[in-house]
Amino acid sequence: MRITQGTFSFLPDLTDAQITAQVEYCLRQGYAVSVEFTDDPHPRNTYWDMWGLPMFDLADAAGVMAEIKACRVAHPNTYVRVNAFDSTRGWETVRLSFLVQRPAHEPGFRLDRTEAEGRTIRYGVRSYAADRPPGARYSPDEGV
Amino acid sequence: MPTTIEALATAKSAEMCDLAALYAETEIGPLLSELDRDLVGLVPVKRRIREIAAFLLVARARDRLGLDCAAPTLHMAFTGNPGTGKTTVALRMAAILHGLGYIRKGHLVSVTRDDLVGQFIGHTAPKTKEVLKRAMGGVLFIDEAYYLHRPENEKDYGQEAIEILLQVMENQRDDLVVILAGYAGRMESFFGSNPGFRSRVAHHIDFPDYADDELLAIADAIATQAQYCLSPTGRVAMVEYIARRRRQPNFANARSIRNAFDRARLRQAMRLFESKAPVDRQSLMAIEAADIRASRVFME
Repeated sequence: MRITQGTFSFLPDLTDAQITAQVEYCLRQGYAVSVEFTDDPHPRNTYWDMWGLPMFDLADAAGVMAEIKACRVAHPNTYVRVNAFDSTRGWETVRLSFLVQRPAHEPGFRLDRTEAEGRTIRYGVRSYAADRPPGARYSPDEGV
Repeated sequence: MPTTIEALATAKSAEMCDLAALYAETEIGPLLSELDRDLVGLVPVKRRIREIAAFLLVARARDRLGLDCAAPTLHMAFTGNPGTGKTTVALRMAAILHGLGYIRKGHLVSVTRDDLVGQFIGHTAPKTKEVLKRAMGGVLFIDEAYYLHRPENEKDYGQEAIEILLQVMENQRDDLVVILAGYAGRMESFFGSNPGFRSRVAHHIDFPDYADDELLAIADAIATQAQYCLSPTGRVAMVEYIARRRRQPNFANARSIRNAFDRARLRQAMRLFESKAPVDRQSLMAIEAADIRASRVFME
């Protein structure tokens, strides 16, 4: 199942031209753009690995696209996303965050039911991919 | 697939294209006349910029009539003596190329060797890549480019920066324009030891030394911009100053003129202060002969 995390996640994958257009918009607004990757798709996982530092002072999207391509090549079967951070006073937050790469096969989530005291049920969401250790979670020819 | 020129010409629509109309459509006219007005002399530079502008027009016409037109390589090398306008023209080149539509954003990133080369192993590549990312979409101006390569020091990391630069100059030609600048002799030996650069740089532009009358025009321009003016006797003194200063060592063309003008302003201030007379706009603006003749250039 395609995870629906971040902006545009319900749409088909963005083409490079569309990603360039989005990054250009972010740079025009003066946001700092950064690239992150992870192989743990849990929706509460906010600690993705950074690919390089956030890119301040850029005027054009070509530099960001080069970094995205390099991250895709170095981590071919992981989730890669682009964040845009707005540092103006009153915001100081990530304003745009969207996926630019997904693994070829995303196995999805299961619902864990745990019984706690008084026979109440605690629910948890667990990803099938997280059953395997990091680095071996997605293989390129699985589920095709 | 038609191969002869006649067949190609008749293959697509047989419309004509009015270059003059295209010229009026783009911003080339005002840009070129602004260049003519603001920069004195520099004939080879202006000629080359005109050629690039004309190429753009022809590229647009070809595009309209359905012919292929690949963007040209725009990397440049400026060589010339100190003070001949290399950095000034590079600053304007970014605006001109942006106005002509060759580069996407019009900004200029000006670096020297220290901004590209790191201090320890592994430092150079990220440093150079950061600079290149910042310059994408605009112009990267590398001043004193020959310092990138220091053959006498084997621990020098300049070669790594050169490799990265060469790769980007070749593969991302439509993202970035690189302008190298430096003194003619040293640039020549730099290109000799790095043939990759010479083949990637399409425009080698030499900045000739200014003639005496051009230097006088520059002095006038500097004065007008600072809202001063040379008095008639001051002008005569300036002409003599230029002739004498040129023969002395370390002559730096327009920069020497600017320094001379700054010193003349100081002497004018001293003169006005010591005269203890009330000053009006005219006297505050005028640079007299005395302000110029006090220079030690006249004492020899």
